[in-house]
Amino acid sequence: MPSVRTAADLADLRTETLAAQKAKPVWITVCTGTGCCAYGAEGLADGFESEIDKRGLGRQVGLRRTGCHGFCERGPLVVIEPKGICYLHAQAKDIPTIMDKTVLGDEVVTRLLYLDEETGKRVRTAAEIPFYKHQKRILLENNVLIEATSILDYIGVGGYSALAKALNQMTPDAVIQEVKRANLRGRGGAGFSAGVKWETTRNASGAPKYAIVNGDEGDPGAYMDRSLLEGNPHSVLEGLIIGAYAMGATEGFIYVRQEYPLARKHAQMAIDRAREYGFLGANILGSGFDFDVTIHRGAGAFVSGESSALVNAIEGHVGEPRPKYTHLSEKGLWGKPTCLNNVETWANVPFIVNRGADWFRSMGTANSKGTKIFSLVGKVKNSGLVEVPMGITLRDIIFKIGGGLPAGKKFKGVQTGGPSGGVLPEALLDLPVDFDELDKVGSMMGSGGMIVMDEDTCMVDMARYYVNFLAHESCGKCVPCREGLRQMLTILDRIAGGQGREGDIELLEELSEFMEMASLCALGKSAPNPVRSSIRYFRHEYEAHIREKRCPAGACSALIQYEIDQTKCSHPPCGACARACAVEAIQKIDTGAYWVLQEKCIKCGSCYTACPDKFHAVRKAPVAWPAWQFPSTPVRTEITV
Amino acid sequence: MGQVTLEINGKSVQASQGITILQAAKSAGVEIPTLCDDGRLEPYGACRMCMVEIEKKGRTRLVASCLYPVEEGLSVQTESAKVTKIRKMLVELLWPAGQQYAKKYGVTRSRFATGMADCSLCGLCVRYCAEVKKSNALYFKGRGIDRKPALVDGPHATCSSCGECFSLCSGGWVVASRA
Repeated sequence: MPSVRTAADLADLRTETLAAQKAKPVWITVCTGTGCCAYGAEGLADGFESEIDKRGLGRQVGLRRTGCHGFCERGPLVVIEPKGICYLHAQAKDIPTIMDKTVLGDEVVTRLLYLDEETGKRVRTAAEIPFYKHQKRILLENNVLIEATSILDYIGVGGYSALAKALNQMTPDAVIQEVKRANLRGRGGAGFSAGVKWETTRNASGAPKYAIVNGDEGDPGAYMDRSLLEGNPHSVLEGLIIGAYAMGATEGFIYVRQEYPLARKHAQMAIDRAREYGFLGANILGSGFDFDVTIHRGAGAFVSGESSALVNAIEGHVGEPRPKYTHLSEKGLWGKPTCLNNVETWANVPFIVNRGADWFRSMGTANSKGTKIFSLVGKVKNSGLVEVPMGITLRDIIFKIGGGLPAGKKFKGVQTGGPSGGVLPEALLDLPVDFDELDKVGSMMGSGGMIVMDEDTCMVDMARYYVNFLAHESCGKCVPCREGLRQMLTILDRIAGGQGREGDIELLEELSEFMEMASLCALGKSAPNPVRSSIRYFRHEYEAHIREKRCPAGACSALIQYEIDQTKCSHPPCGACARACAVEAIQKIDTGAYWVLQEKCIKCGSCYTACPDKFHAVRKAPVAWPAWQFPSTPVRTEITV
Repeated sequence: MGQVTLEINGKSVQASQGITILQAAKSAGVEIPTLCDDGRLEPYGACRMCMVEIEKKGRTRLVASCLYPVEEGLSVQTESAKVTKIRKMLVELLWPAGQQYAKKYGVTRSRFATGMADCSLCGLCVRYCAEVKKSNALYFKGRGIDRKPALVDGPHATCSSCGECFSLCSGGWVVASRA
């Protein structure tokens, strides 16, 4: 095992690694990120491996199982290097064809290539796919090129050279100044300057000092940090070591949540390899700097992502925020100066050290520099992980990269920043995405979740979802957050259930203001954001629920009923709706027509989905209110066939 | 310990460094309402009843006075409009717990159907048992809106039935939960 003692050792190792990789002229890259694995990418990679063995191509063809490429919608993804040919939705049955045509031959398998719907042409490489073309991939770029578990792969793409540069050519202060000048702001949500945090930690008295990676990503729909830790854990680790050197920390922790077993495994492997190679431990790269890292497994609470709660959790206490008015950079873990940064923040550090603050500042807006990874999910064609320069508009992310909404659906809103963020309407689509702009309109950057919603999404229901999430994920210690959320949930349940009262909207607003003023930690202070922003931009929907007992989106089950439009139903009726109904609420009457028995219906929507598109005969209709005034059994005379 | 001078409700107050605003106010004869404060226990900062508005270098902020340490030149308002608004809402949200402050803040009824009958989750029982008795016989079970104080049960039960927590509980919840 080569121990890397100097920068020259590292350079030699890189040259050797690259030469070894070049020895194989073709590399098959299979994305084994979480998304692609769900599509069976592991089996696909195994298939390629045995195919290579079977054909005795072990010397000519290499196989890489990489982390997330980002285009999760079209997984499993396979890229054939060095030509960069990108196959989507690749299946095990495609392996022999891919081997024959692309790996051994000079052809492409056209049907697996991306079809550009606008031009009607197939494109060969990832760079030509609109999803990738409009991104600026810096942190995610290496995910495609390396095997997460291989430190040599990481060294091959220039890994640990930033660490060597920082340790050998820069003083700790110079590193801090560079990061400060780059204006790297925390990617976990609040957007506090990382450099300033490091400086405060460095200047604080007390030893030892601690540097911590916050990998407790818990926002519904977000998986940026997960994909970085799973796909390129060394980049996070390298950033952490550089930061520790800058602030004078001697011990580090990577806090990974319980629900991310693969991220934890890969981070642990990265730590073990880094230690073997001499990037962790005593006298790193001959600089005299000592540092080591431990993984802390989170026990599964959203609130533990709050920095002081996370520190409590590492100490072995319950993950509850600390109420004290002292900064962690002065009194953190075990009362010692502690610096916490998000996974993505740390991953930015090696790039800033290597390429300089000016390069980093060349991307982004006046006060938000660099790139940001978003997990683009919800009602969007190309869901996946996207990395974009700060300042790009929401419209570009959703429509250029995301490809817009699935056919026939109209955009309604986009939720950014997770449970602490807000929902933004169509009128704000041209908003440049940066920390301050999102803040101004009542949302936030958060850690980077971006959930696109279409006309079928009810904003009251959306707000209720987040409030319910937070009501159960808050620690429950302080009264404003716990009781405020409890009452918000009651009120929203009431509104969604058709029992809303005049004054409920105002009461929600009053509670929101109160929670923001009085809560103990940031979770409680920002918890009302989904409610506030949805009232701000979609007040009419709340009013429709309360005054007309109507859900405009047709999502709140208490306010809709399923009906069969007899004029649209096929002749004779196909019966798909009745077969799909689990509670036998759809029954055939004497005339041969199907009818929904509202009394039996549990409003699961199976009939709505089952009705063939060409008929579209099952419809959501407002409940005729009050329900008891209507006959619960079908009255035959009402049927118009 | 040095002395600092701060202003509480417009009155100049001397306080020794390191104490909290709540303590300074108490010795200056200014009453700040509390629910989770107890001199024998570590400040907890959960009830938020003791929140006050402070002004420092021209910037105002709402803080929990049981935790915020006194500072030279700090100006504190213990009954500002924002503060009373917060307390009013707290009394409503905790109803019927915290009723002792209802009259002062003009609350006659709550607009909410409130959660746990008499428990405000002030944690006095849990904290007293842990910090003073060192027996950790009580704990908080669950989180978020499901949080409640509970007695450690089974083979790890450490309750000696000293009963000292009974008197700490204004709502009598501890007694009820033992029954």
